[in-house]
Amino acid sequence: MLRYIILLQFVFEDCTWHFISMSCHMHKLTSGTGRATVEPVKAGMFMFNYKLIPCKKKKKKKKRASDPFPGPAPLPEERLQKFKRREKSKLPNRKRRKLRDVVARSEVVSEMAQKRAAQFDLLLPEEAGFLEGDEDEDTCMISQEDIAEAVDITSGAKYFNLNLSQFGPYRLDYSRTGRHLLLGGRRGHVACLDWQSKQLMCEMNVMESVNDVKWLHSESMYAVAQKKWLYIYDSKGIELHCIRKFNDVLCMQFLPYHFLLATASATGFLQYLDVSVGKEIAAICTKAGRLDVMCQNPHNAIIHLGHSNGTVTLWSPNQKEALVKMLCHQGGVRSVAVDKTGTYMVTSGMDKKLKVYDIRAFKPLQSYFLPAGASCLSLSHKGLLSAATGDIVQVSVSFPPYSMTKPYMAHRVRGTVWGLHFCPFEDVLGVGHGDGFTSMLVPGAGEPNFDGLDANPYRSSKQRQEWEVKALLEKIQPELISLDPDQLCHVDQASYEQKHKERVQALGFDPLAKEKFIPKLKKKGRSSSGNVERRKRQVAHEDQRVSSLDHHQERKKEALSGLRSALDRFKK
Amino acid sequence: ANSSRPFLSSHQMKVKVLSRNPDDYVRETKLDIQRVPRNYDPALHPFEVPREYTRALNATKLERVFAKPFLASLDGHRDGVNCMAKHTKSLSTLLSGSCDGEVKVWNLTKRECVRTLQAHEGFVRGMVVRFCGNSFFTVGDDKTIKQWKMEAPGYGEEEEPLNTILGKTVFTGLDHHQKEGVFATCGQQVDIWDEQRSSPIRSFTWGVDSFSSVRFNPVETELLASCASDRSIVLYDMRESTPLKKVIMNLRSNTICWNPMEAYYFTCSNEDYNLYTYDMRHLDRPVIVHMDHVSAVLDIDYSPTGKEFVSASFDKTIRIFPRDSGHSREVYHTKRMQHVICIKWSADNKYILSGSDEMNIRMWKANAAEKLGVLSPREREAVNYNQKLKEKFQHHPQIRRISRHRHLPKAIYSQAKELRVMKEARRRKEINVRKHSKPGTVPVVSEKEKHIVTVVK
Repeated sequence: MLRYIILLQFVFEDCTWHFISMSCHMHKLTSGTGRATVEPVKAGMFMFNYKLIPCKKKKKKKKRASDPFPGPAPLPEERLQKFKRREKSKLPNRKRRKLRDVVARSEVVSEMAQKRAAQFDLLLPEEAGFLEGDEDEDTCMISQEDIAEAVDITSGAKYFNLNLSQFGPYRLDYSRTGRHLLLGGRRGHVACLDWQSKQLMCEMNVMESVNDVKWLHSESMYAVAQKKWLYIYDSKGIELHCIRKFNDVLCMQFLPYHFLLATASATGFLQYLDVSVGKEIAAICTKAGRLDVMCQNPHNAIIHLGHSNGTVTLWSPNQKEALVKMLCHQGGVRSVAVDKTGTYMVTSGMDKKLKVYDIRAFKPLQSYFLPAGASCLSLSHKGLLSAATGDIVQVSVSFPPYSMTKPYMAHRVRGTVWGLHFCPFEDVLGVGHGDGFTSMLVPGAGEPNFDGLDANPYRSSKQRQEWEVKALLEKIQPELISLDPDQLCHVDQASYEQKHKERVQALGFDPLAKEKFIPKLKKKGRSSSGNVERRKRQVAHEDQRVSSLDHHQERKKEALSGLRSALDRFKK
Repeated sequence: ANSSRPFLSSHQMKVKVLSRNPDDYVRETKLDIQRVPRNYDPALHPFEVPREYTRALNATKLERVFAKPFLASLDGHRDGVNCMAKHTKSLSTLLSGSCDGEVKVWNLTKRECVRTLQAHEGFVRGMVVRFCGNSFFTVGDDKTIKQWKMEAPGYGEEEEPLNTILGKTVFTGLDHHQKEGVFATCGQQVDIWDEQRSSPIRSFTWGVDSFSSVRFNPVETELLASCASDRSIVLYDMRESTPLKKVIMNLRSNTICWNPMEAYYFTCSNEDYNLYTYDMRHLDRPVIVHMDHVSAVLDIDYSPTGKEFVSASFDKTIRIFPRDSGHSREVYHTKRMQHVICIKWSADNKYILSGSDEMNIRMWKANAAEKLGVLSPREREAVNYNQKLKEKFQHHPQIRRISRHRHLPKAIYSQAKELRVMKEARRRKEINVRKHSKPGTVPVVSEKEKHIVTVVK
């Protein structure tokens, strides 16, 4: 074996590090001079003469600074409230331990999801727009030109007029992503364009009158209600279908999650077309004459129709009669709009009134008198209400109480307004009128943060294809349309009770009934028949007491809530 | 950043209009992945429940589409497969014994037989691998217990047992202790053997009968349970000289299996087409009666998680039951599979192995629609999400109907229908009798109590 003798003098700061990195062993390492044998793995034995002069270590007394804000960041209550799905469910009886566990665990999970979503809200990139006037300056006095001048160029370019005086007046529709605009002139002019880049996708004249135009699920197809039939074109303007089952259509609504095109016709028919399979789902004769006022509730896909006798009726494809009939106006109804959350319905009528209803409780909230009466209404994502009175478009601030006497914005266009639509995810209001089309800037109208998986204005064609497949896969069946869209997740108590009744009848006894108390035989002579009888009676009395207590409490509650009057005791 | 600052004009008004920079929303180069900004606001996601329901429905349908449980058939035996044993250490090894006394060792990953040995004359009645995995025991109709090495003999060596014990009577089953060198056999009586000795260290009898199966408790390792032909299930403690207690049922139980996780529960397969889960502390009524088979149940094995068990039946089907449910969640059958004699659930909780009359051993997936192999993270996430959805909406009638739908051979389908009619008639008659007799004279006997004759201590 080779032996090397190396005389070295080391000055270590931290000797162990050096030796470990050499992967060898050192014995009896002490400060001072001496000899150490070092055995590398292969190369034989080294011998070191060393001198260790350990450096004085700096006193690194770095105390860990205590966190001034311990724990997770607090979340404001209203933001948590925004993501709340439903009330906390009551935990079941302790006896049903398994069910109790399941409910408690799911409660924890949903609470966590709610918190996560609320925390994520901080990271949203955009903020909503706004418009504030000078002191003692009304925002409604600010002209569109001034706003367009004040904002950046791209936003300023969103205010524009299209002078189309030849074939007007115009109806319009924005696609769900807000990128594409569809215009339909009364005298047959149909055009669709990417309105932000101002690129025309197609333009044509269908050579007959056009009643309404509507985008279907994506920007590749749209429906046009023409003089006689309903037609479907693609974005190049090629006629795909002429649907002869749908005649004399006056207005249309597209239900994006159901892939249903709802049409209302001059003959009083409300029809539903499933655009994914091209089948008529339902044809309902409303028996209410010409139907030219229509809107959808985006929250539950119920169709609202306005009639000439002042009623608004609510329809689903599953029922031949109206779900609800509301008498809203003394004259005919001119326009109806429902907000995004399905809370408010705004109607305007021939009696020159504009009314706001709470559509969940079917209660009126507000009523105004507008001297000219509103012919068109539209609600934005953020809840701004726009109303067209003659050739003036008024926009009122978000959410009731709206103030129409002192609107948020106002703009005069060059003809009577025929169509009015807020652009999704943009601060833009599109106005179709007798002299063409006007795109207005309305700061604060649009939802600033879109969801990329739902409606993405910047999606590529690949992303659109992927979205289309996913959306078709989770198309909601028309049978699921009802006033309460969350009904599927409620417990069906009624049919459970019915089933239980049938089960009891079939079995001949109630399997869920409380077992009859059988006293245990106790030892040591305590089970005399008298004692047993007493114990039985005790339990029976306890049961009786519990049930009577419950009854008593219920009555007390009723009395407190005012449901029960003093005279009710004489009821039979 | 510019767009978020309010602009000032000559009017001194403050205005901000939404203006997004497309660069923030579109990928920079084609090599990047697409940007997908999210906003979880419920107002932007209407129809949450109906859409989830639709997804759950689709997931349920796809599950039925992908449900292809049959994996492989291992053929090679020259007579019906009578018993099987899982290797205690190796997942890929299976041992099987047939009615002609042949024992085969299988490699499950390669799906081939790696070793064949003629162990007995007549049936191989029982087989068990020692806890160390180095050797295994077999019992046969020739009244012998043989211990074999797990390794195959070298070239030129003869296939010889390590140890042979000649008993007085025929053995019908055996099981090995979890930790010690002790095993139990059953036949005319239940014997406890020390590996080192040639005579039993203890013998249990309770009346004159013959036993068909004996099993050690996996947790309380000194406890045993056995099924006897006098319709009883007997519990023993190895340390005592007499049996603990027994329950006598209406019909004979064939085999017994302990729940490996909650080892105070055991389940027995019975001749009356049912399986019964008992709590060993309360033998007077079973915890659950598992029904669905239409003929005698021959064998049962628990999954290693203790949440489910699988049963083999004379009606040519295999059924999987959740531990706490009265009906099966799954039924497996093929055209060619005859009476299934023995069944095992693999130790990785993924496969089921069944040995049947027509000389084949079949390998099944424990979860029929599961995708085998490595899943990518996105795949795994999707699977988990779908699983949760199915769980959430499992009680909706449409979803339940689809997820419960199974194709059954016509014979079994009609037999099940017939049994249902018979049961219904019996129940109707009982109700009528009760209606027309003095109240209280015809008591309601629950399904659980119906099949128990008595408990003896």
